[in-house]
Amino acid sequence: MEKILNPEALDQKIAECTEKLNDKLAGKGGKRAILVCGGTGCLANDSQPIFDKIAEELKARNLEDKVSVTRVGCFGMCSQGPFVKILPEDTLYCKVKPSDVERIMTEGIEGGKIIEDLLYVDPVSGEKIVHQSDIPFYKKQQKVALHGVSTIDPLVIDEALGCDGFKALRKVLTSMKPQEVIDEVLKSGLRGRGGGGFPTGRKWQFAANVNAPQKYIVCNGDEGDPGAFMDESMLEGNPYAVVEGMEIAGYAFGATEGYFYVRAEYPVAVARLKNAIAEMRKAGLIGKNILGTGWNFDVHLREGAGAFVCGEETALLNSIEGKRGMPRPRPPYPAIKGLWGCPTCVNNVETLAQIGYIIRVGGENFAKVGTEGSKGTKVFALGGKVNNVGLVEVPMGTTLRTLIYDIGGGIPGGKKFKAIQTGGPSGGCLTEKDLDTPIDYDTLVARGSMMGSGGAIVMDEDNCMVDVAKFYMDFICDESCGKCSPCRIGTKRIYELLTEIVEGRGTIETLEELKDLAKITKNNSLCALGQTAANPISSTMANFYDEYLAHIQDKKCPAHVCKSLSRYYIDPEKCKKCSACARACPVNCIKGVPGKEPYVIDQSKCIKCGTCMGTCKFGSIIHE
Amino acid sequence: METININIEGRIYAVDKSMTVLEAARSVGYNIPTLCYWKGGHNSLASCRVCLVEIATARGGKLFASCVYPVADVPAEKGFVIKISSPMAVEARRASVELLLSNHNQDCQACVKNGHCELYEVASIVGARPGAFKGSKTEVHKDEIAPGIIRDSSKCILCGRCIERCKEAQGIGILGFEKRGFHTFVSPIADRSFAHVPCIQCGQCVNVCPTGALSEKREITCIDKAKAEGKFVVVQTAPAVRAALAEEFGYKIGELNATGKMVAALHRLGFDRVFDTNFAADLTIMEESQELVNRISKGGVLPQITSCSPGWINYLEYYYPQCIPNVSTCKSPHEMEGAIIKSYFAKAHNLDPKNIYVVSVMPCTAKKYEAKRPQNAAVEGLPDVDAVITTRELAAMIKRAGIMFRDLPEEEFDQDLLGQYTGAAPIFGVTGGVMEAALRTAYHTLTGKEFGPIDFKACRGLDAVKEAEVEINGLKVKVAIASGMKNAKVLLDQIKEGKSPYHFIEIMGCPGGCINGGGQPFVKPNLKPEEGLDILDTYRQKRADILYSIDEKCAIRQSHNNPDIIKVYKDFLGEPCSELSEELLHTTYVANREKYPEIKK
Amino acid sequence: MKIRLEVIKDVREICQQHKDEPSPLIVILEEVQKKYGYVPVELQEVISEETGVPAAEIYGVVTFYSFFSLTPKGKYVIHVCLGTACYVKNAQNVLDKICTILGIKPGETTEDGLFTIEAVRCMGACALAPAVSINGRVFPRVQATEVDKILNEYRSKEGK
Repeated sequence: MEKILNPEALDQKIAECTEKLNDKLAGKGGKRAILVCGGTGCLANDSQPIFDKIAEELKARNLEDKVSVTRVGCFGMCSQGPFVKILPEDTLYCKVKPSDVERIMTEGIEGGKIIEDLLYVDPVSGEKIVHQSDIPFYKKQQKVALHGVSTIDPLVIDEALGCDGFKALRKVLTSMKPQEVIDEVLKSGLRGRGGGGFPTGRKWQFAANVNAPQKYIVCNGDEGDPGAFMDESMLEGNPYAVVEGMEIAGYAFGATEGYFYVRAEYPVAVARLKNAIAEMRKAGLIGKNILGTGWNFDVHLREGAGAFVCGEETALLNSIEGKRGMPRPRPPYPAIKGLWGCPTCVNNVETLAQIGYIIRVGGENFAKVGTEGSKGTKVFALGGKVNNVGLVEVPMGTTLRTLIYDIGGGIPGGKKFKAIQTGGPSGGCLTEKDLDTPIDYDTLVARGSMMGSGGAIVMDEDNCMVDVAKFYMDFICDESCGKCSPCRIGTKRIYELLTEIVEGRGTIETLEELKDLAKITKNNSLCALGQTAANPISSTMANFYDEYLAHIQDKKCPAHVCKSLSRYYIDPEKCKKCSACARACPVNCIKGVPGKEPYVIDQSKCIKCGTCMGTCKFGSIIHE
Repeated sequence: METININIEGRIYAVDKSMTVLEAARSVGYNIPTLCYWKGGHNSLASCRVCLVEIATARGGKLFASCVYPVADVPAEKGFVIKISSPMAVEARRASVELLLSNHNQDCQACVKNGHCELYEVASIVGARPGAFKGSKTEVHKDEIAPGIIRDSSKCILCGRCIERCKEAQGIGILGFEKRGFHTFVSPIADRSFAHVPCIQCGQCVNVCPTGALSEKREITCIDKAKAEGKFVVVQTAPAVRAALAEEFGYKIGELNATGKMVAALHRLGFDRVFDTNFAADLTIMEESQELVNRISKGGVLPQITSCSPGWINYLEYYYPQCIPNVSTCKSPHEMEGAIIKSYFAKAHNLDPKNIYVVSVMPCTAKKYEAKRPQNAAVEGLPDVDAVITTRELAAMIKRAGIMFRDLPEEEFDQDLLGQYTGAAPIFGVTGGVMEAALRTAYHTLTGKEFGPIDFKACRGLDAVKEAEVEINGLKVKVAIASGMKNAKVLLDQIKEGKSPYHFIEIMGCPGGCINGGGQPFVKPNLKPEEGLDILDTYRQKRADILYSIDEKCAIRQSHNNPDIIKVYKDFLGEPCSELSEELLHTTYVANREKYPEIKK
Repeated sequence: MKIRLEVIKDVREICQQHKDEPSPLIVILEEVQKKYGYVPVELQEVISEETGVPAAEIYGVVTFYSFFSLTPKGKYVIHVCLGTACYVKNAQNVLDKICTILGIKPGETTEDGLFTIEAVRCMGACALAPAVSINGRVFPRVQATEVDKILNEYRSKEGK
């Protein structure tokens, strides 16, 4: 990669690469392209051996000049991966195994046939779908932040250049003043995608207004919400777009240095980002006198070290400064006094991934998508009890019903939908009555939840909402930094009360105390972690109060989740006395006589693991 | 000063625009309760959430920590109303305290901080309810190994003041927050004892602790035991004690020179002799000036550094062992006095030194460690000083005996060979005081004339590094003074690099000198708002002024003119730095002191 | 604990390599953690000498972040994901089963030094819930009943 010395050279390079990439994806000259997904999820499912095998086979069958193979970022429909896509036909093979590669090569590539058993099966209609663009999961999506994530090789800068890469940076550096960039972002109405929802343009304006010799732009890649992997996919699929967004941000408010802060739990994302930065440096897109315009910008990468609270912007800054990740009181806000005391803007990965697009099409056009208060698109990580678990990007204003049913394919196993949790441990759950809510920062808050970073977990009738609340509080207790008393002690007390409830020791007073503590942690805590810690409790209590009452008054868990309130029981009439359950029991609490006496579980020793029920072939064991 | 109008509870006030809501409210009469707040917000992490106030606009109210919130952000003109007594604010402050109490040691009656505890005070102010938010408690970490300072995490509220203070006063940083969340606690590295890390035991951390989490190790019962065993118990008091003791009995800081009442109290506590460490301060001057004169005339190691502060000596041994040759071999005054009591005094009264128990009342926690050093046991291997109690412990003893301090008459120290002192002695308690005292005598030794003008103002002043120059017999003697190790480090680094321009340096462990020692009465603006908002900036000077005034009022102001000193040399020691003096009054230092010794289980 | 002199020398070098970067403490600690698997107090004291950061502060950073360990981990580090997506698919049962079989609690290492169990919060493999990774190798959709089989695979490598 040679250094690109001026805007004209960049234009030239972009034109070349765009043509090359388009030709590849369009199958120009009869050459087909195979794309294999390489996101963390699919890598865990053997997508690397699949890629390697395909490459081997192409070589062995002398097909290298007729077929190319690329490892791309993420196809998004993660529960169906690993994926192998054939272009230009747009044939998508799902749940591929390394052992399928031979067939794909022989029948699919050489034989020109479609391999039916590797196609996507629509869970609602039962139909097999050949083309990716026909799959309902993809139909309602609109890729902006995820642009390029499923089409380019994230390790090759040329492919990024071919996918609208750096066009926005070029435009900004040669034809826009910093204030004009801010104005464009203000016009777009872009709000922070990390969860705070603060208007991005306004944040940059605060920092721009401060007169200081040194300013910083920090990208928050500490995606800690359990169940969220949007930022991970963007960094793994098209890291260049995010770095470009960071540079434009720096230009806008006067930062000449940017810091990426990515969680250490994302080694693949870190590696690909490091590679992208190195490539951009070689190309002269990072460093001194970028594109010969005289503008300097340097990029550094720091990894997190396993602390959810470091997703909070001031805790993140403290972490970069080599300290414990404890938040700072605000004011002063980071835009005034941030990293090492300098004006700093902390922006989420997804926010920065949108910037290039905003500059290319203009803020006004960006604002044409979405709702009045929430413009543009949002990436969600749809997970839990839903058929199509994966990454989706939809325009703001899409309803939850569309998200769960049209895109998500509904609830598996014929189970009943119960709730969808958005905003992770800081959010709340939305229920049947909220399904037609258009997704928007403010409507979600009005309904007792929040947008959060984009994690959306679907729950069904088999989930206990009290248990879910307790799960989130356990997480918060673990991740609380410990600085302020309402969060450090208050969340612990909430967890202890929830434990009492799920263990059958709760009373009405327990619920009153929970409400009181929820109010205290919300009002008194220093940072958003503590302030939102009680949201899952408040939300589940508001929507599922009857479930709480069942635990307290009836000492029963309606979803049969809370172990202390349930029991495993062998129906003596149905028991075949085969002793299979007794042999499987890890604590040896089932006694009987094989062939003669029915088996009985000693409830005092039973740890409610359910192994016995899983072992019994005769359905004699009941969980009640 | 630019002002801004703020609205507190519906009333408009014009306040300094650069202030925080807390400072502004206090300046107009609202003492918003605080807990972790210290020194103008320098340390304020806004972590205790006790100083919450409601700031309301037309859109509703939200709670903010007033200790960090700038008034500039809430002008009355923009419709901001600061509500301190709204139900939301009142309940919030109460809840913050109740949560802290729910995770706190409940044994207040028996706690060493009973009567001086900021959490106790604040709990009363906010109306904490009994048994609110009961639940589990964080694991307890205790350390009672070090002789000077002990800690108990069950009493800690994680305010972080001690962590900052060690860095701010000494530039060391022995303490830190460890672990995370509910398990967070404050300790030296790896939860080691203060005795097993390079802590200088100065006690600055103890002074700032709002609760009983950090305190000195008490030795009052040791004194009781010695009395019960029928020992001859002698007590001596450091100069800085008298400058602050009255504060423990309701007097304002700097209000009373407590010397007379202190002696009267000690007379009523059943001690066999009540002496003044000031006598030994004069003795120290005799020995140290002679040492300096010897070094200057015989080409010894210069600069010479004073050695009366054990906090400084700990720092020397841990961090600058290469400077040991510079340090005077003189023991600190109370150790000298102990040695003299067990030899000179014992002989004169036909007492067996084994039966003498010497108690030092000191403003210092490091001296508790110093008294136990094997290098400070000159007479028959017996420790020169047997027990060291702090000013605070003396106050506790006086209260325990029911003595009504305010009603005491002025009494004098026992005039029994060791009673007299000169004005050069009391100023030992302030930074620069030892230097002034030493120069008065060194000048006389070298020129035969008295040093004048006697008040050497260049040595006075509480902060930073001071330097001065005295011309003695044509030689320009350069001196420097530093208190607090952060300042001392500057001078020590010069010596390390061979670039020190001085002949004589005075170093004291605590910033400002002994008047600000780790054993002095607590200065807590939160507990005593009547002292004024700026008391943390003025208390040291107020205490120092008492000592300077004692010096001024003394008939004799030079150590070498003290009749008891002249007598002890004539009748016993011979001359300064004689063989006997070396044996009794001088000590040695440890050149290879381990910072992190291996701990045997 | 006695640390080998070459290790101390290496750690000093690591500190030197980063000395011109602003606030390099966590960068240094991460490198030491990755290279040696843990950052004992003795190495923290060395880092304190080299960087000037007080030792208690370094200990505070090491014990704050989950990534750092004061004691060496087992040969096989088992991460059981307890992120929401995995939790709602019964990951807790999987964790409990592993703990029962190995006889240790999360965060602990077996006596023979073979296995360490850690509960982690989301490794970003939500579509494969419940996810378990051992030394980086991710096992998708793990059920409590499969745990024994997976552990045996590693045990047999050690001839047990």
